[in-house]
Amino acid sequence: MIRLKDVEMEYENGTRAIQGITLSIEDGEFVFLVGPSGSGKSTIIKLLTGEVEPCAGRIMINGFSVSNISEKQIPLMRRTLGIIFQDFRLIEKKTVYDNLAFVMRAVGTAPKEIQKRIPYVLKLVGLEKKAQSYPTELSGGEQQRVAIARALVNNPNTIIADEPTGNLDPERSFELMSLLLKINELGTTVVVVTHEKDLVDRFSKRVITIDTGRVVNDGVGGYVGGSIHA
Amino acid sequence: MRKYNFGYFFHEGLSNMFSHGFMTFAAIGITVACLLIMGTFTLVAVNANSLLKDLEKENEILAYVQESYTPEQAKALESKLKAVSNVTSATYISREQAMEDFAKQYPEENMFQDLDPQIFRDRYAVKIENLEQLSQTVRSVKAVEGIDGVNAYEEIAGGFITVRNVATVVCVALIAILFVVSVFIISNTIKLTTFDRRDEIAIMRMVGATNGFIRWPFVYEGFMLGFLSAVIAFALQWGLYAAVARGVDTNDTLQLIHVIPFRQLWPAVGGTFTGAGILMGVGGSLSAIRKFLQV
Ligand SMILES: Nc1ncnc2c1ncn2[C@@H]1O[C@H](COP(=O)(O)OP(=O)(O)OP(=O)(O)O)[C@@H](O)[C@H]1O
Ligand SMILES: [Mg+2]
Repeated sequence: MIRLKDVEMEYENGTRAIQGITLSIEDGEFVFLVGPSGSGKSTIIKLLTGEVEPCAGRIMINGFSVSNISEKQIPLMRRTLGIIFQDFRLIEKKTVYDNLAFVMRAVGTAPKEIQKRIPYVLKLVGLEKKAQSYPTELSGGEQQRVAIARALVNNPNTIIADEPTGNLDPERSFELMSLLLKINELGTTVVVVTHEKDLVDRFSKRVITIDTGRVVNDGVGGYVGGSIHA
Repeated sequence: MRKYNFGYFFHEGLSNMFSHGFMTFAAIGITVACLLIMGTFTLVAVNANSLLKDLEKENEILAYVQESYTPEQAKALESKLKAVSNVTSATYISREQAMEDFAKQYPEENMFQDLDPQIFRDRYAVKIENLEQLSQTVRSVKAVEGIDGVNAYEEIAGGFITVRNVATVVCVALIAILFVVSVFIISNTIKLTTFDRRDEIAIMRMVGATNGFIRWPFVYEGFMLGFLSAVIAFALQWGLYAAVARGVDTNDTLQLIHVIPFRQLWPAVGGTFTGAGILMGVGGSLSAIRKFLQV
């Protein structure tokens, strides 16, 4: 469950990236977050992960009040989120298996549990045969699926993906989006940031459109972009 | 902290060390040098101090009574000598007694056996409490009315005191400087690791690892650097000390100097090195990660 109420955010250099956003996403939803470059999509994600703080308004995520969270609570809040980045951010020195084991160990999971969980997640993203490969030995689409597996492996309540299809061809992008949909059907809330209009149009899901730090459209189906002003 | 984390932190800390062979080598080298210099000067000071203690045990000076004094007048000086500060006792020795003692010291020399007591002088054996104030005490004793001259080990004692004081000052200054240098180098070695691992750190933070979990491997790295340095420095110090001790013991002109055997000193040296090494290592790692690892 994600709630933003009258959230404003300004970067240190004075850029007002978010200028009053109110929105709420319920558990189990699948939401596209779209909008032109520089509109503030990534900033919203950073607000959700606690990487940056709002200067006004309230943010609630999975029972944590992010806008006035204590330092000790931040890790616990982050464990309820699985983040996927456009540039994957895999560790190149580690195999696919070790990339996943690494993040499980980071939250204190027992080795036995790790051994049980990883094959399951790799099977889910269709990479069971690549467990011992290194990221550089994989295609872009495969690397992105490893990033998804890593976001999933700690069994988060919510998956947040920032431009997960940026480096992929349309066919791979569609496959990847289908995978996220499958994950959503298994019960995980999914928020996907993208500016691929075609892709959004192919799924009839909720689309939140952002422009210059404001929500300009929120509804099912269709990428509205900045055209709402017209 | 869960038990299976310990092995993980340890392993990560070790692999951090090997990933920067050169910096690790430099950090250990500097720390070893720091400990060795610190140890060497401290051991010199400890030895000088023990020699001073030896001297103090028999720190007796002889105060000669003026020729013109009668034995009664001479005996009367005892209370005046005892009143001098830093003097613990003053024992009167008549010239006859002095002659006998002298003759006993050289039983082989016939010509010493029947000397005229008149060539000796009445004297006091004066015991001193604190050798550091020897020259001042000698001056006060000389100033006593009726005392003609004084015979003391002033120079020997003064030499040891100087050695000890210089060793102490140099020691304190060097320790302070080298301590800072070591912590700085260790800190930079670990900063390099944190820089190398910034992607991993970012991911750990993103998935909700606690700050403590992220920091432990770096603290271990510092701990291991300090501990390894202490072990190496200890072995080197031992070898160095044994070599110098052997040199001093077999040198004729240095017969007066008695070196404390290392087997009496090693627990203190080992303990101090380990403590100081770990302090520098962990201090270095904490200073490295303090800034770097904020949420
Ligand atoms: N670290 C930063 N410091 C200062 N300004 C920033 C910073 N990051 C982003 N901005 C500014 O904040 C605004 C919103 O940026 P944001 O990254 O959220 O956009 P976006 O919607 O994710 O764009 P894109 O689709 O290109 O990724 C932009 O004007 C950007 O220049
Ligand atoms: Mg962005």
